[in-house]
Amino acid sequence: MRRLGMIGLAVIFSIGGFANAALAAPADDFQAALAKAEAANKQAGALKNQWTTTAQELKTAQAAAAAGHYDEAIKDAQHALALAEASIAQAKEQAAVWKQAVVR
Amino acid sequence: MRRAVMLGLAMLALAAPYALAAESQAADAVNPQADFKAFRKYFTERFPKVPLNDFVNGPYSMDAGLRKQWEEIDAFPPYQFAVDKGKEMFATPFADGKTYADCFPDKGIGIRQNYPYFDGKSGEVITLDVALNQCREANGEKPLDYSKDDMAALTAYMAFTSRGKPFDIKIPDDPRALAAYQKGEEYFYTRRGQLNLSCASCHVQNPGGHLRTEVLAPALGIVAALPIYRSEWGGMGTTSRRLTSCNSQVRATPLKPEDEQYRDLEYYLSYMSNGLPISGPGARP
Repeated sequence: MRRLGMIGLAVIFSIGGFANAALAAPADDFQAALAKAEAANKQAGALKNQWTTTAQELKTAQAAAAAGHYDEAIKDAQHALALAEASIAQAKEQAAVWKQAVVR
Repeated sequence: MRRAVMLGLAMLALAAPYALAAESQAADAVNPQADFKAFRKYFTERFPKVPLNDFVNGPYSMDAGLRKQWEEIDAFPPYQFAVDKGKEMFATPFADGKTYADCFPDKGIGIRQNYPYFDGKSGEVITLDVALNQCREANGEKPLDYSKDDMAALTAYMAFTSRGKPFDIKIPDDPRALAAYQKGEEYFYTRRGQLNLSCASCHVQNPGGHLRTEVLAPALGIVAALPIYRSEWGGMGTTSRRLTSCNSQVRATPLKPEDEQYRDLEYYLSYMSNGLPISGPGARP
């Protein structure tokens, strides 16, 4: 009986552990996605070419995560990363081509 | 004879790549005078019916209906309150007893057309707004916010005392000044923001066109009316306010007011306006 009780407790603790891990995984995934997006946006800032929409999307992602909607938050963070990367690509491309637009 | 001809041809063949490289280098070389001529020619040929000095009136030089509204509004100028406030501020002594007049040539009256200028000491472009804050700090006062009403009032007054005076922006024989000019030109023509528009997209490629209900001003003379009262804002706005709001409108994160890039941009645009009269402070939709 006692052994059954111990086994039962072990099962309960294991389930709890898995549940915690299951809850932590999306939160960790979000943090990773957010960190990538923020790093890219910082790089865009160094090029003095951030977009307002990137900052908005980062806020949206953080708000979704705060509400526990991690799937949505991760998508928003990934979208923010895409916007940041596009702003970096824009800065690099424009540095090479702006002269073509100059009135001569 | 044949050998001489062959030798000559060989020499030409060797020289050609150097000539092309020199031509390419020449195209890349900064030449404000050539830029000025090309810029002026572009706008005067595109709008042959607009008198040269009228370009400083921005959208009103492009649209007759808008011009009529502006002429009616100008009977009671919406910027007058700012000019009056600026005049009072200008004359009010600092805590140390000095005034703004002590910081500027000709006591600060009728000098707006000389700004911005390249300061050889700091190696930077100094706009009128920056010069005003330098004056304040030199006399123990806190600097004014570059985007807010007090700075707009001071610059409105100084522009008003300079109305009609032709822009006289100098680029000294200093590689740093040329670099600042070119950085301003680069900023002007560089696409930015999620909407991927440059200043030139609107003000070179589409002046006179519409952006929703707004008529786009030509870039020639575009800084002459600053600071401006904008009906959209319900108040006055400085150069900084205009530039930061333009950035936001194309979804580009604005820089800090009077950032080096903005000052270089103002330097470039002001040089392009040389000879055109100060028309500020202005009123815009």
